[in-house]
Amino acid sequence: MSAAQGDILLDIDDLSLEFRTFRGPVKALNGISLNVRAGEIVGVVGESGCGKSVTMMAATRLLPKGGAHITGGAVRLFGSDPMKLSERELQHVRGRQVSTIFQEPMNALNPTRRIGEQVIEVIRRHQRLSSAAARQKAIGLLRDMLISEPERIMQAYPFELSGGMRQRVLIAMAFSCEPKLIIADEPTTALDVTVQALILSLIRQKAVSTGTAVVFISHDMAVVSQLCDRLYVLYAGRVAESGATAAVLAAPAHPYTRALIRCLPGLAAPKRPLEQIPGTLPDMLNPPAGCLFRARCREADERCIEVPPLSPIDPARRAACWRRIEEAEAA
Amino acid sequence: MAIQATGAARHPSAAREGLNRIWYRVKGSPLTLVGAAIALIVLIVIVAAPVLAPYPPDRISLSARLAAPSLQHLFGTDEVGRDLFSRVLYGARASCGIAFAIVIISTVVGSIVGCLSGVIGGIVDTAIMRLMDVFLALPALILAMALAAALGPSLFNAMLAVAVVRVPAYVRLARGQTLALRNRTYVKASRSFGASPAYLLRWHILPNALSPIIVQATLDLGGTILTAAALSFIGLGAQPPTSEWGSMVSSGRNYFLDQWWYITFPGLAILISAMGFNLLGDGLRDMLDPRLGGR
Amino acid sequence: MSLLSTILRRLVLLVFVVAGVAIVTFTISHLIPGDPAQMIAGDKASAETLAHVRQELGLDKPVTQQFVIYVKQLLSGDLGNSLRTRRPVATDIALFLPATLELGITALLMAILIGVPLGALSAIYKDGPVDQAARVVSVAGISMPVFWFGLALIIVFYVKIPILPGSARLDLGITAPPRMTGFFLIDSLVAGDLAAFRSTLYHLVLPAFVLAFANLGIITRQIRASMLDVLQEDYVRTARANGLSRSTIILRHALPNALIPSVTLLGLAFGDLLYGAVLTETIFAWPGMGSYVVSSIQTLDFPAIMGFTVVASLGYVLINLAVDLTYMVLDPQIRELG
Repeated sequence: MSAAQGDILLDIDDLSLEFRTFRGPVKALNGISLNVRAGEIVGVVGESGCGKSVTMMAATRLLPKGGAHITGGAVRLFGSDPMKLSERELQHVRGRQVSTIFQEPMNALNPTRRIGEQVIEVIRRHQRLSSAAARQKAIGLLRDMLISEPERIMQAYPFELSGGMRQRVLIAMAFSCEPKLIIADEPTTALDVTVQALILSLIRQKAVSTGTAVVFISHDMAVVSQLCDRLYVLYAGRVAESGATAAVLAAPAHPYTRALIRCLPGLAAPKRPLEQIPGTLPDMLNPPAGCLFRARCREADERCIEVPPLSPIDPARRAACWRRIEEAEAA
Repeated sequence: MAIQATGAARHPSAAREGLNRIWYRVKGSPLTLVGAAIALIVLIVIVAAPVLAPYPPDRISLSARLAAPSLQHLFGTDEVGRDLFSRVLYGARASCGIAFAIVIISTVVGSIVGCLSGVIGGIVDTAIMRLMDVFLALPALILAMALAAALGPSLFNAMLAVAVVRVPAYVRLARGQTLALRNRTYVKASRSFGASPAYLLRWHILPNALSPIIVQATLDLGGTILTAAALSFIGLGAQPPTSEWGSMVSSGRNYFLDQWWYITFPGLAILISAMGFNLLGDGLRDMLDPRLGGR
Repeated sequence: MSLLSTILRRLVLLVFVVAGVAIVTFTISHLIPGDPAQMIAGDKASAETLAHVRQELGLDKPVTQQFVIYVKQLLSGDLGNSLRTRRPVATDIALFLPATLELGITALLMAILIGVPLGALSAIYKDGPVDQAARVVSVAGISMPVFWFGLALIIVFYVKIPILPGSARLDLGITAPPRMTGFFLIDSLVAGDLAAFRSTLYHLVLPAFVLAFANLGIITRQIRASMLDVLQEDYVRTARANGLSRSTIILRHALPNALIPSVTLLGLAFGDLLYGAVLTETIFAWPGMGSYVVSSIQTLDFPAIMGFTVVASLGYVLINLAVDLTYMVLDPQIRELG
């Protein structure tokens, strides 16, 4: 499936957001632009703290009340501004049009209620089904997740299931109302390596067969590169680079993307000692001026004192790096 | 110490940041400030009662019996014409003083037993803790009442009784802290160098176990003021003519239908001082437990 | 740990605790300054009478033997005779217990019915006006001297605005319903005596509220804290992400999980209620165990005081056991594995 088809489901434009703490505002997002079209699978990559989850949770307004304040930019989710929706309208968007699978499955299900009740509850919230029909649907969804004996699992309490099993239940719940968009926020990070591949392929298969768009949030370039049509590489609350997965992997434009790819075992060149990116994320309380990657960048020079805009550097890609922009202009 | 020093050197603003953090929390909970202010006022009144009180607390004036509050007698007078304002001020000494004494006795005894139990471990520890389990399973205040009654009605005996029943809670708290600390790397390291249990207790365990115990003690002060006053009210604590808030309410009971002020002011004094220490204790706990920070 | 082994462990502990009650009350009785025999025989008794009384009480025997006798008496339900009422203490307690239970249960229900919604709302609208009000109520609750609060409410609702009675269980002129359970609310309904029922209800309002107030504070605070914990749990986020309604999230996901740990609080609340009843009953001239024990304290009626202590302690221990077992049954993690 190629990119740039279908309606735009989610359009985030120059979104800035800060968390107010006792030390002052932490600028978590600094002008993120990102969009997702119907049916495509999009990856959002970056190291922890770069704003991946915050961006998506801000778009679905799942951030806890209080701390987070949007300071600029706009979000359009299915054509409307989620910030202007009432709590009730949001409830009808969430689950029915966009659902989220979170990182940590261990506590993501109510410990005192049976699995079945929880899945059926979500189904009946958004669909007019009898409880028997909802039950059948729930069983079918669990079976789609390759859960054997779904009837027995329906009777179980969350603590009786393994983490991978719980995550499959949560994926089934996320798909239960045929949403157009699913946000998978590091769905396998907390799981055993052995079940990671299974969970990822379950999400992908289900998404492809139902035509659901998926946003994969991950810190793992390897995972994202295998699953996604398009990539956004985030750094310090900004998009460093975006484009078709194959293009980004083949010739990463932004120095940060290059560094990320060099950190992957086997992807760049086998049997080469693994690299790490020197330095740490900038202090988001007092972010330095200019390109935020400057301090860790091998290619940085005096131009980087100004913030590079995210600019097209070839038909498939955009990057926020002065060198690439210049090279593209020269070409 | 050395580690802290280099830490501070690397982050010169660390101390200021700590203050900022406390201020940020306190700003978010003005009630803690109110509690601290009340606690401070109570302390001042305890110390300065003779200076603040316009009359001696026991001066009888039969011509001014049961006088309503006026400029001369801010809180009115009682059935033998004693100035209630002065008696309430002096009452802080008995009512809050006994509460302080109770909390200090039970904290000190409980912490020592609890820390020792935790440090010694083994069968001694098991025996002590099973005994404490039994005591903690009993209704403490009912036992305190029975004990105070058995010892004979007096302020001292009431203090002793309440202190005794409060000890087990502190034993458990201090032991829990000790066990948690015992497994910290620096304590293990110290033990591996051959430090004696007494040394460990003095230099590693007690200083670190102290802050939760202090918070608990502050929280308990409010409740203890109530308990002490209640025992005096039913005749088990302070005996007349001592100025004590609970026994003042008790004698005021005979007049409360017509002379509202008699019970009102000593009662308010109990309520406000208990509230002050409860608010302060809550605030301290929130500050020490970052998980509860925002609440 | 399975449910069964936990129950067994608790039962073993129960044996120790009951033994502890016996030891503690026995010790306390022997702390009594002065000679109990003298107290019973009176100041002017002859040496011969004293010796006789002493023998009758078993005071001439060694302490260990006295303890054995004491335990035997306890086991047979013999709490000794009250010096004041000249009746067996067990009979007295049986007479006064229902009034205390009726008051205590009403108070507990009141505290739960007000405290749980207040605590939940306080957590849901954290830092809002409801939360501020709830926090003031809960601090006031735990800081309020019960005896003074009772007097203050009597002044307001009985003297100044006379809408509620300020003492006793019934209006003057209304006879108590024939005794079946000793609970006037139940007995009056059984007897079909609506006047007595209504009168009982009116008389319960003030003392029950006074008694409830301290627990109201504790319950509100506990529910608020556990509700705040639960509201930031991942499963609440899951429910939100799946578009469940606010009321479903709160009533079906958050509140039940917040209530389960609070159940254990009920057992502790019972201890406060017992103690609070002593003060409340004194204020409201409520003819229950609390009034009985305060009169006994004022007349130094030690058998009555110790009898009350034994019964109250045993009740407290058993109720806490029951509450803890309930808690285990409510938590599926313990129940299903057990």
